[in-house]
Amino acid sequence: MSDANAVVAIRGLSKTFGNAGSETMALSGIDLVIQPGEFVSLIGPSGCGKSTLLRLIGDLTAPSSGSVLVNGKPAAEARLGREYGMVFQAPVLFDWRTIEANVALPLEIVDMPRSQRAGRIAEMLKLVELSDFARHHPWQLSGGMQQRAAIARALAFEPRLLLMDEPFGALDEMTRERMNAELLRIWEQTGITIVFVTHSIPEAVFLSSRIVVMSARPGRITRIIDVDLPRPRSDATRELDGYFSHVTEVRESLKAGHGTADGAVLGTPSEALP
Amino acid sequence: MSDRLRYYLPTLAVFVSGIVIWELAVRGLQIQRFLLPPPSDIAVALFTNRELLLQAGATTLLEAVGGFAIGLTSGLAVAFATARFALARGALMPFGIAANAIPIIAFAPIMNAWFGVTSPVSKMMIVAMLVFFPVMINTVRGLTSADAASLELMRSYAASEREILTRVRIPNALPYFFTAIKVGATLSLIGAIVGEYFGGATVALGRIIVESASFLRFAQAWSAIIVAAALGIGFYLIIIGIERIAMPWHASMRGQA
Amino acid sequence: MTGATASFGRRADLGGAVASIGGVVRSILAFIVVVLIIAVLWESAKWLGGGIWREAFGVVLDPPHHPPLRVTQLNDINLPHVWEVVGALFQPATRRSEHSLFAVLFDAALFTWRGAAIGFVLGAAIGLGLAILFVHSRLLERALVPYVIASQTIPIIALAPMVVLWVGRDWPSVAIISAYLTFFPVTIAGIRGLKSPDPRALELMRSYAANWKAVLWKVRLPAALPYLFTALKISATASIVGAIVAEAPTGIAGGLGRAIIQFNQQFTSGPEKLWATVFMCAALGIAFFGLVRIAEMIVLRNRHREVEA
Repeated sequence: MSDANAVVAIRGLSKTFGNAGSETMALSGIDLVIQPGEFVSLIGPSGCGKSTLLRLIGDLTAPSSGSVLVNGKPAAEARLGREYGMVFQAPVLFDWRTIEANVALPLEIVDMPRSQRAGRIAEMLKLVELSDFARHHPWQLSGGMQQRAAIARALAFEPRLLLMDEPFGALDEMTRERMNAELLRIWEQTGITIVFVTHSIPEAVFLSSRIVVMSARPGRITRIIDVDLPRPRSDATRELDGYFSHVTEVRESLKAGHGTADGAVLGTPSEALP
Repeated sequence: MSDRLRYYLPTLAVFVSGIVIWELAVRGLQIQRFLLPPPSDIAVALFTNRELLLQAGATTLLEAVGGFAIGLTSGLAVAFATARFALARGALMPFGIAANAIPIIAFAPIMNAWFGVTSPVSKMMIVAMLVFFPVMINTVRGLTSADAASLELMRSYAASEREILTRVRIPNALPYFFTAIKVGATLSLIGAIVGEYFGGATVALGRIIVESASFLRFAQAWSAIIVAAALGIGFYLIIIGIERIAMPWHASMRGQA
Repeated sequence: MTGATASFGRRADLGGAVASIGGVVRSILAFIVVVLIIAVLWESAKWLGGGIWREAFGVVLDPPHHPPLRVTQLNDINLPHVWEVVGALFQPATRRSEHSLFAVLFDAALFTWRGAAIGFVLGAAIGLGLAILFVHSRLLERALVPYVIASQTIPIIALAPMVVLWVGRDWPSVAIISAYLTFFPVTIAGIRGLKSPDPRALELMRSYAANWKAVLWKVRLPAALPYLFTALKISATASIVGAIVAEAPTGIAGGLGRAIIQFNQQFTSGPEKLWATVFMCAALGIAFFGLVRIAEMIVLRNRHREVEA
C-alpha cells in the first residue's frame, strides 16, 4: 500500500526527551502508514510512547528525527490547517461554557460564520446523543456524557482524522463498553479515520481494524495485528471465538515485546511496513 | 552562583536604568528639583541624615514588629479556636471578611486617643488590626480546606482530632498562613507610618516624612520613604526566607507556570 | 456524585455565600445581627469597665451604675455610649452648620467613594494589563514583578502630598492614589489566574492552531475570573483606604479623610463625631465590598464551586 492517499504516514520517527546527560528515548524507528477510514489502535505498557506518538501526529510535540505526514503534508501544516480533532482522557471541557458553547469552541476559532454554527452544533450533539443537554454545564453531566461532549467538539469542524488518547480510561467498564459502541456508530456514520490510544486489550480488539502493539524502552512497534472480525460490531462480537483469539494474540505480543530486550518485530509484518 | 545572578539580571537592569533615567530626566527636563528630587539629591539627604534616619527607622520598625506580633498571635488564636466549631466559623467569617473591608486608617486617631499619641503602643494596635484579619481569615481557610481524601485516610487510622490537626490541617494551612503574613509584613510598616501621621514620637519615619513634606523638603522626605520601603522589603524577604525553610516542598513548586 | 468530573480549570474559593436572592437576604440579616452583637458587646464592656452610668438610652438610672473595673480605653471619652454616637448623627454637624452629622458624613462618603471608584477601575485595569503582560513575557515578569511588590512597601501616605502637588487638589489625585493601592492584588491574582488553566486545555487550543489572543480571551481570562474577583474584593477595600489616605494629609475638602482630621481635632469635646465618622468609613468599605461580591455572584453564577472539607 502506498503513502499517496494515506491519512498518516510516519517514517523513521524517533523522539528523545531530556537534556544532554539525562535523556530518555521515548520512541525509536517508528514506521507506520494509516489509510483513510481505518480505525487504528495503539496499545502498549506505560512508557512505550503511544501517547507521545499520538501527540507527534498532532504536532503537539516535535520529532527528534524522522518524518510525520498528515494528509500528505507535514504534521505542523496539518495542525495549522486544523485537519484533525483531538480527544484526551479528561474531557477538558470549559467549566464556564455550556455544552453547546463548548462544542462551538473550534468553530469560533476557525471563524465559521455564526449562522452556520448553530446548525453544526445541533448536528454534532445529535450525533453523540446529547441534544437534550445543550444548555447544561459540564459539571452537571456524568463522566461518560462529558466525554461524548468532548467527542462532539472534536468532530465539530469535520476533520478527516480523529486522535484519541485513552478517552474512556477514566470511565467504568459498563460505560466504557457503551461508549465503544457509540464511537463505532459515529465512526461508521462519518467515515472518519481514527487513531486510538488505549491500555485495554478488549477495547482495542473490539474497536479496531488494526492494532499497533508497542513495547517500551525505547518505544517501538512490536507487531501490527489485523483484526478481521465482522462489522458492524456489537455485544455479540465479544462472544466470538475470533474475538478471544485476537485478544490472546495481542496479549502474547505485549508480553513478548516486554520480554525482548531490543524490541524485535514479531509475527508477520503486515502491509504497513513495505 | 552565577546562575542566580543571571536570573536576577533583568531586575537589576531595570533598577539601574530606572535610576539613571530618573536622574537624567530631572536634570534634562529641568523639572523643579524640589518637586521631584533627582536620585543624587536623595542620596545626599540619606547620607546627611543617616543617624536620624537610623533612629527613626528603629522606632518605626519597633512599632511595626510589635504590632505584627500582636496581630499574628491573636489572629492565630482566634483561627484555631473557631476552626474547630463550624457554627462559630459561620458566624465569624463574614464578620471577619467585612471587618477586613473597614479602612483601618479611620481607627488611627482613636488608637492614639486610647493609648496615647506619643506611645508606640497606639501604633502597634493599628498595625495589629491590619495584620489580625488577613491572618485569621487565611488560617481558617487553610485549616478547613484540607482535601477530603486525606481526612478520610486519617479517619481510617482512627486518628484523633488532634492528630488530624497536626498532621493534615496545619501543613495544609501553611501556604495560606504564609500568604497572609507576607501581606502582613508589608502592611505593618505602612500601618506604623500611617499611625505616626496622626501624631507620634518625633523621631519616627512617618513624622519625618510628614514634616519634611510640609516644609517642601522633598529630598529629605524621599530619603525617609526609602528607608521605610527598605525596611518593608527586608521584613518581607525575611518572611520568604522562613517560608522557604518551613515549606521546602511548596516553595520549590513556585516557578512552575 | 458524577463520574470523572474533570472539567478543567482550578476553581478558586468563591467565599461561601449562595448565589441567589435568598443568599443575599440571609447575608444582610446576618450582618444586622452582627452589628447588634457588636453593640451589645460594646455596652457590656462599658458596663463592666467604663465610666459611671447615669443614664441608659435616655432613661435615668437611679442609683447610677458603678462598673467594677476601671479601664481607660472604655471611659466615656474614649468609647462613648452607642446611643450617644447614634444621637450625634441626627444633631447638627458643627455648631454653625444646619445639616445633620449624618447628612454631612453621607455626602463625604459619596465624595470619597467617587474618587475610590474611579481609582478602583483604573487600578483594576492596570493590574489586569500588567498580569496579561507578565503571563506572555517571562522576561518582563522576572524583571518587573519585584518592583510591583516593592511598590507596595512605599507608604502611599507619603506620596499623597506629592501627587496632590502635581495633579491638583481634587478627585483625580484621589483616584490616582487609590489606583496605586488597587492594582497590586489584581496583578498578583491575575498572574496566578491567567496561568491556572489545565495544560491540556492549552494543548487543545494548540491543536486548533489558535493564536495567543484567542487563547487569552477564550481560556485564560475565563479561568482567571474567580481569582480576579477574590482580588477585586480586596481592592475594593484598598481603594477606599487609598482615597481616605489621599484626602487626609492633603486637606482635600469634602471627603471622609477631611472629616477624620476635623473631628479628630475635636475629639475631647465631641468624641461621638469621630466615632460616627469611623462607622461611616466602615459602612462605605463594607458597602463597596458587598457591591463587588454581588458582581462576583452574578458573573460567576454558573461556575462549579469547591466544597469545604
